[in-house]
Amino acid sequence: MVMIIQTYGTMLLKAMGHTLLLTLLSLVFASVIGMIFGLMNVGHNRVLNFIGTVYVDAVRGVPLIVLAYFIYFGIPAGIQSLGVTGFRLDALQAGTIALSMNCGAYMAEIVRAGIQSVDRGQMEAGRSLGLSYGAGMALIVIPQAIRTMIPSIINQFIITLKDTSILSVIGFPELTNVGKTIMGNTFKNLQAWAVVGIMYLIVITILSKISHRIERRINRGR
Amino acid sequence: MAGNSDIKISVKNLKKNFGSLEVLKDINMEVTEGEVVVLIGPSGSGKSTLLRCLNQLEKATSGQIVVDDYDVTDKHTDINQVRKNIGMVFQHFNLFNHLTVLKNMTLAPVHLKTLSKEEAKNKAMQLLERVGLADKAQAYPSQLSGGQKQRVAIARALEMNPDIMLFDEPTSALDPEMVGEVLAVMKELARDGMTMIVVTHEIGFAREVASRVIFMEGGYIVEEGTPDQVFNQPREPRTIDFLSKVL
Repeated sequence: MVMIIQTYGTMLLKAMGHTLLLTLLSLVFASVIGMIFGLMNVGHNRVLNFIGTVYVDAVRGVPLIVLAYFIYFGIPAGIQSLGVTGFRLDALQAGTIALSMNCGAYMAEIVRAGIQSVDRGQMEAGRSLGLSYGAGMALIVIPQAIRTMIPSIINQFIITLKDTSILSVIGFPELTNVGKTIMGNTFKNLQAWAVVGIMYLIVITILSKISHRIERRINRGR
Repeated sequence: MAGNSDIKISVKNLKKNFGSLEVLKDINMEVTEGEVVVLIGPSGSGKSTLLRCLNQLEKATSGQIVVDDYDVTDKHTDINQVRKNIGMVFQHFNLFNHLTVLKNMTLAPVHLKTLSKEEAKNKAMQLLERVGLADKAQAYPSQLSGGQKQRVAIARALEMNPDIMLFDEPTSALDPEMVGEVLAVMKELARDGMTMIVVTHEIGFAREVASRVIFMEGGYIVEEGTPDQVFNQPREPRTIDFLSKVL
């Protein structure tokens, strides 16, 4: 184990950096996706409701690994078959898209639940003062919804971080993928995976602690 | 626009269904400027729904509602514009929980640019003074009692300078000892000439303040008249029956 850390330490840290980069990028895009589809789902427009529901159900109904293969291999192949050559996605791009889409569907549900947790009377009071639906959402409902959403968002952050390991299948050099490489070089299965596991554990534990602290701070304030 | 300028609200053949349930069956009513109309009736009679149709928090199924010469049942009417002139006070206050009392009051006028930030703040402080809560400007709703919340809610509605105020059971969610402070604010408003429509179970308030009492049951207006007529000489058996239970 000491040997692995000595030999592959920088490589592992760099891989952890890639994992975190992929997580953060995906989370940013997923937040935007989640906000858009979440709002579609709580509105009263049936067409938008339908689009939102289809998106959430479709993405949640497909395993992330299949989604990743589809985007990394399937889409460039499809474009090529249309006669366009030279289009390809690198592993980071494809990984970010797959993870953002996946995480975005869960975020949409978090946004929907958060908005629905705010009493209807809040929007009604805003509308009765002459505010538009959009202004009521932006100024009254969403600020209150975010409070209830934050613990779920942090939880989703942790899940997404763990899900990045699935993207080792498309060759992105994140932590799990580098673990495979080390294992291949050293044949030390136990030690290699123990080191990788502990690295995930440390980062996720730190994140959980931070999330608990944030949660407590929110609950202390109104 | 055509019509009598004294008429603030005119409701013609209003019907409202929730799915297959007919809540309002055929409502006709007019309210003139400065009138205080009190709606009474058993629960489920449609009085809150009628009130909520007036500012289109509930969309009318059919019929016509004209408020301040705007046909609010017409899809082309800018309902947000009309609502600025119609204040509403809710049973459960509906203060914005994430904002201070002051911000609750200044949010809409500042966003809608009917007042500058400075004007909105000054006006809010005057109104809070008037409802006896100037010292609560920086408090959050969760720090207020029910009666205080409702007085803030009234002040928040008045901040928009409405010419009509709708009250939807404003004292029903209050502890008994707090009902008086809210009714006092409403009485003062009525004395100042505000056009008011009040859904309430406070018969004492209706007797004292109402210029007209409307008794509703089963989605119809069953009887209406001055408080003296409705409370002391009711004509309709259903009114008599209802009053025998609440008086």
